[in-house]
Amino acid sequence: MKLVLIIHSLYLSGLALTLVACHPDDKEKQWGLVSGAATPADAAPASPEARQAALVERGKHLVDTSGCHDCHTPFKMGAQGPEPDMSRMLSGHPEGMELPPAPAAVGPWIVASSATNTAHAGPWGTSFTANLTPDETGLGPWTLENFRQAIRTGRHMGRGRPILPPMPYPVYKNFTDDEFAAIYAYLRTIPAVKNRVPDPLPPAAAPTAPGGAPKAPAAPKAG
Amino acid sequence: MLGTMDGPTRRDDPAPAADPPWISLVLALPLVFLGAFGLACTAVEGRALLLGDDSGEAPPPPVAAVSAAAADPTVVAASSAPAPLPDLLSQTGLYAARGAAGAPGSGAAAGAQELHPDVFQFVPQYPLWTDGATKRRYVRLPPGTSIDASKPDAWVFPVGTRFWKDFAFPDEGGAHAGSSAPRSGAPRKVETRLIERLADGSWRFASYVWDADGREARLVPEGGLPNAAPIGETGRLHDIPSRGDCLACHEGAGARAPILGFTALQLSPDRDALAPHAEVKAADAIDLEGLVRRGLLEGYVGPARPGIVAESPEARASLGYLHGNCSGCHNRGGPLADLGLDFEQTGRPGDAERVLSSVVGVESRFRLPGEQHSVRVSAGEPLESVLRFRIGTRNIVQQMPPLGSKVVDQEATELVASWIESIVNEAPTSAEKETP
Repeated sequence: MKLVLIIHSLYLSGLALTLVACHPDDKEKQWGLVSGAATPADAAPASPEARQAALVERGKHLVDTSGCHDCHTPFKMGAQGPEPDMSRMLSGHPEGMELPPAPAAVGPWIVASSATNTAHAGPWGTSFTANLTPDETGLGPWTLENFRQAIRTGRHMGRGRPILPPMPYPVYKNFTDDEFAAIYAYLRTIPAVKNRVPDPLPPAAAPTAPGGAPKAPAAPKAG
Repeated sequence: MLGTMDGPTRRDDPAPAADPPWISLVLALPLVFLGAFGLACTAVEGRALLLGDDSGEAPPPPVAAVSAAAADPTVVAASSAPAPLPDLLSQTGLYAARGAAGAPGSGAAAGAQELHPDVFQFVPQYPLWTDGATKRRYVRLPPGTSIDASKPDAWVFPVGTRFWKDFAFPDEGGAHAGSSAPRSGAPRKVETRLIERLADGSWRFASYVWDADGREARLVPEGGLPNAAPIGETGRLHDIPSRGDCLACHEGAGARAPILGFTALQLSPDRDALAPHAEVKAADAIDLEGLVRRGLLEGYVGPARPGIVAESPEARASLGYLHGNCSGCHNRGGPLADLGLDFEQTGRPGDAERVLSSVVGVESRFRLPGEQHSVRVSAGEPLESVLRFRIGTRNIVQQMPPLGSKVVDQEATELVASWIESIVNEAPTSAEKETP
């Protein structure tokens, strides 16, 4: 595979997120999602369906401007270089992707990412970006509360293992409840992609099997 | 991509060549990435994530002012602005009042104080494992109030109820305690946690870290205090949790109050002799019978001596351990209820079967290393069971519980493994059911 140099867009998208998160007033009024003195221009949509549509549209805007695709939509090689593979939109790290061990750290170069930008290795081990689609292998079983608490606490489903780098939850935890609701509502509407993302791998030095020794890969038992 | 954390790239550290598919290189990591990275590195080093939300705690109202609202937790007192958390443990109501010479901050020792007369000790029969910490637990109800137990599995505590729990580890001497004292090996109090019910019905959580001389304990910042004290001779250090981490366990129980060790089953006079790390109940510690006798428990209609109904003493102890250590999150009514993983025990018949049906042969979203499919409990096969694996590791991305412990509970792991071995498989696994 051809070596490609990517000047990552996360920094810019992170700034965009910050702007959105810190100055939501205009957008919130546009979508009619904040209370206060109503005017004809910012009045809430009349019907529940219209309100839901506005919520979903706002969620799409937040997802599109917050860098979610950068890691959760696998990259593919396009004519102009790596580009998001929108046929697998927000479906996370492809479960069938063969990955050799991540390259060893050299001096201060301690983080490595896959060509899809969905697998990231560093001192924390190897993390794989989550499937955010409403499939049962993705966020299907998650409630809004699970989703919001996961980002707010930095823990899986709000109570489990730590969410690992490079997920910038310390930024995203600043979303308001309304913004979480909008993002969640939008993510329920996108195409479901069946893709069971691997669990994170611990750092290489840590034992990974009950006996302490790494366990050899095994064929699926069933299914 | 390959990234670097410390300062500008040095000329003598060229970026390494890419090895497909690890090919993308990042010249400058975004700030947001570094923020998340720093937190996770902290976690990998075995320190608690500092996730506290500086939203401002609602301090407690004076006990006398909240008694009227105690009967109905949904009632919000007219003046519900609570006072800030006290700076010192000796100011929280755990200890008997002192004279002027012993006023807080005057040099009198909280550690030498007698408990307040309204404070009761209690000892749950299935204690939470905290890396072998020695614990003492206390409860204090506002005068004239009682616990509403008309819902047997969701006791309602009066506003103003306070719980405390001491955590002590063997004294490793001055190296970590900030003094020149030699190592004694005797338990030394490290922290005392406080949970308090506020006027609006919510609960607040705090911890107090003990001074090295054991005379006073001081309020820990909302972000917690990582590496506060050595965990015996394990080489690991105990973290005092952030308040966010407190909520991760204590607010996962749905309708149950977030006091995980204070239920009819946990306080039953019928103590499980095989419970891992069972503690001797002090003579003056209150139990279920004592609560009823003293009029502190209203409306309780359950058995006087509830106990887990199981096929064997080993099964009873295992189910009890899982109840005490896992059911705070894994239950039927909390935020994770949709997982269908339920370790809750009530002391009524049928509980064991309900728990077994939620784990035996049920496919896990977590997969054992190298496996494409794993089940929560594989009957008769502890090493093929995710439950056994996750309670038997302290790798931070795999361990259960996911926080609050850095040392495997070997006794309990062996007990649970033995119990899994004894389970007879009577039904095909869910994975097998899916196979055409």
